[in-house]
Amino acid sequence: MSAEAGHGASVRIEACGKTFADGTHALEPATLDIASGETLVLLGPSGCGKTTMLRIIAGLEAPDAGGRVLFDGKDMTAVPIERRNVGMVFQSYALFPNMTVADNIGYGLKIRGMPDKERAARVAELVTLTNISGLENRRIDQLSGGQRQRVALARAVAIRPGILLLDEPLTALDAALRDRLRGELNRLLRALGITTIYVTHDQSEAMELGDRIVVMQKGAIAQIGTPREIYFTPRSRFVAEFIGAANIVEAAVEDGHLVLPGGRQPIHCDGDMPAAVAMIRPETIHVAAARSASLSGTIDSVSFIGDRQRLVVSGASSRLLTVDAPNTVQARPGERIGLSISPDAVRLLPPEN
Amino acid sequence: MSHRSFVWLCLLPLAVVTAAFFLLPMARLVVTGAGGPQGLAGYLAILVEPRYRVTLINTVLLAAATTIVTLIVATIAGMFLQRHRFPGRAVLIAMLTFPLAFPGVVVGFMIILLAGRQGLIGDFSNRLFGEKLVFAYSIYGLFLGYLYFSIPRVILTVMAAVQKLDVGLEEAARSLGAGPWAVQRDVVLPALAPAFVASGAIAFATAMGAFGTAFTLATNIDVLPMLIYTEFTLAANLSISAALSVGLGIITWFILALARSFSGSAVAAAG
Ligand SMILES: Nc1ncnc2c1ncn2[C@@H]1O[C@H](COP(=O)(O)OP(=O)(O)OP(=O)(O)O)[C@@H](O)[C@H]1O
Ligand SMILES: [Mg+2]
Repeated sequence: MSAEAGHGASVRIEACGKTFADGTHALEPATLDIASGETLVLLGPSGCGKTTMLRIIAGLEAPDAGGRVLFDGKDMTAVPIERRNVGMVFQSYALFPNMTVADNIGYGLKIRGMPDKERAARVAELVTLTNISGLENRRIDQLSGGQRQRVALARAVAIRPGILLLDEPLTALDAALRDRLRGELNRLLRALGITTIYVTHDQSEAMELGDRIVVMQKGAIAQIGTPREIYFTPRSRFVAEFIGAANIVEAAVEDGHLVLPGGRQPIHCDGDMPAAVAMIRPETIHVAAARSASLSGTIDSVSFIGDRQRLVVSGASSRLLTVDAPNTVQARPGERIGLSISPDAVRLLPPEN
Repeated sequence: MSHRSFVWLCLLPLAVVTAAFFLLPMARLVVTGAGGPQGLAGYLAILVEPRYRVTLINTVLLAAATTIVTLIVATIAGMFLQRHRFPGRAVLIAMLTFPLAFPGVVVGFMIILLAGRQGLIGDFSNRLFGEKLVFAYSIYGLFLGYLYFSIPRVILTVMAAVQKLDVGLEEAARSLGAGPWAVQRDVVLPALAPAFVASGAIAFATAMGAFGTAFTLATNIDVLPMLIYTEFTLAANLSISAALSVGLGIITWFILALARSFSGSAVAAAG
């Protein structure tokens, strides 16, 4: 495996926008740096331009005039995909139906003129690496979805690409398989050390796989950061709500407190604001005795999830508050409870425009 | 009425049509073919008699050449037409498929206008080289006519197949380093193979049996349908023309079956 590692190229996207022939603005001009060996996740809702950005990096789509794509500092904008040495995994896998599994995996090597024996050895190596031993001579239509996904990955990695591009590689699979493959994929990507750009609209996939996450919104980059940064310090309401569960609280700020219907919540903020927007994650809200807490409300509903329970509380904020409480807490709908929130857990967001 | 008897009732028209228009005439043809002075051996005449054999070979070669050239031209044109949008595209497709409606006689007529004694090509070559190029009445004229005839049919089939191609496959091949030719060879052509077999079979069978064009051009062309016509009307040799007809049918069917099984196994072997 060590022979595999450490041949990732660095990528720079410079002012790359995309307007399609029919006038669709798919991407605002964006600039982005991806370090060698890094796994970068493009995350966002459907239609926000993730695939478009990936295709620009791959060379399947040309950026609008002025945009440039650089690999290891070399301008690749005019280089066609077949000479960019990128490995690609498509959402539909796009495996060749007229070839066996082994021929699919070896196709890129064959095109590069690798001798048969060497190619067979490399294919065998990848078959082992991706856990599909015994399927080498199957036709593609004789494979399950998960097996196809592995073949597609093996085929993309076989050519020792400088950059691996994956477009929602797990979306077509059912939830249980998706979780298992996500773990496998994560280990594989770390072991290979290829620069990876991974497109998904699933935030938990993004968190697990990404060294950094690019959250996209309507063709623009909303925020770039590590999973922790994105989760704990979202820069906008959109990012806060898209990643994980978030309570958005709209209230006035008076000398370091949010003024809420259920009480006054201390926050880190000096000035006064007539209308602030704050985010509070459900797991940062702790249940306390109603009398002693500075903030209180009434339990609307309780859903037991197993490892925790999710309470919906009314009357504390102007909207319902979602609270993740330990599964040991006794809580019944209709009860009054106190809520204790550390000032660190309240994040003020810039006002929406 | 029970479900079963309903099905049988539906089969009745099929049985009548099959018997009336297919089985009975075919049986009669087969019997007639064996009714000549040579008896059953009349069937071998198509292979044994030198004049017939040469005609048979000519016909098969002509049909094969027509099929191959048609497939090449129609694939390139169909792929281009399906993949590109340009002004005049609709008009061009309409024009290309226009000959679909023409009977063989009209196609023959057009070939004469093009390459006949008063034809455009003759005029043109006369001006350029001082020599009239006339090939309408030869097997080359017939070849041209058959191309004209079969290209529209094949183009339509190829365009439909190209539309169904998965562009993702081509992109995947390119991402693995395949240039334009390799993509065609490894991805596009294999995916189009079933369409080639289907439309090629129709082009081949049509070229084997087409009569109108040959009849219009016929001065020195020997193809099987012409031979059958001559034996039938001029020589009134009923049994030989029947035997030749059956032979034409069987040989065409045999070559098509061969092509199908070959391409079938090619697909299976590759897949
Ligand atoms: N070839 C095209 N021509 C015109 N518009 C296009 C084309 N491809 C994509 N678009 C548009 O560009 C926008 C971004 O598309 P893109 O495929 O990048 O979204 P995405 O983030 O990948 O979405 P999804 O998660 O649904 O795959 C969409 O509005 C889409 O309709
Ligand atoms: Mg997409």
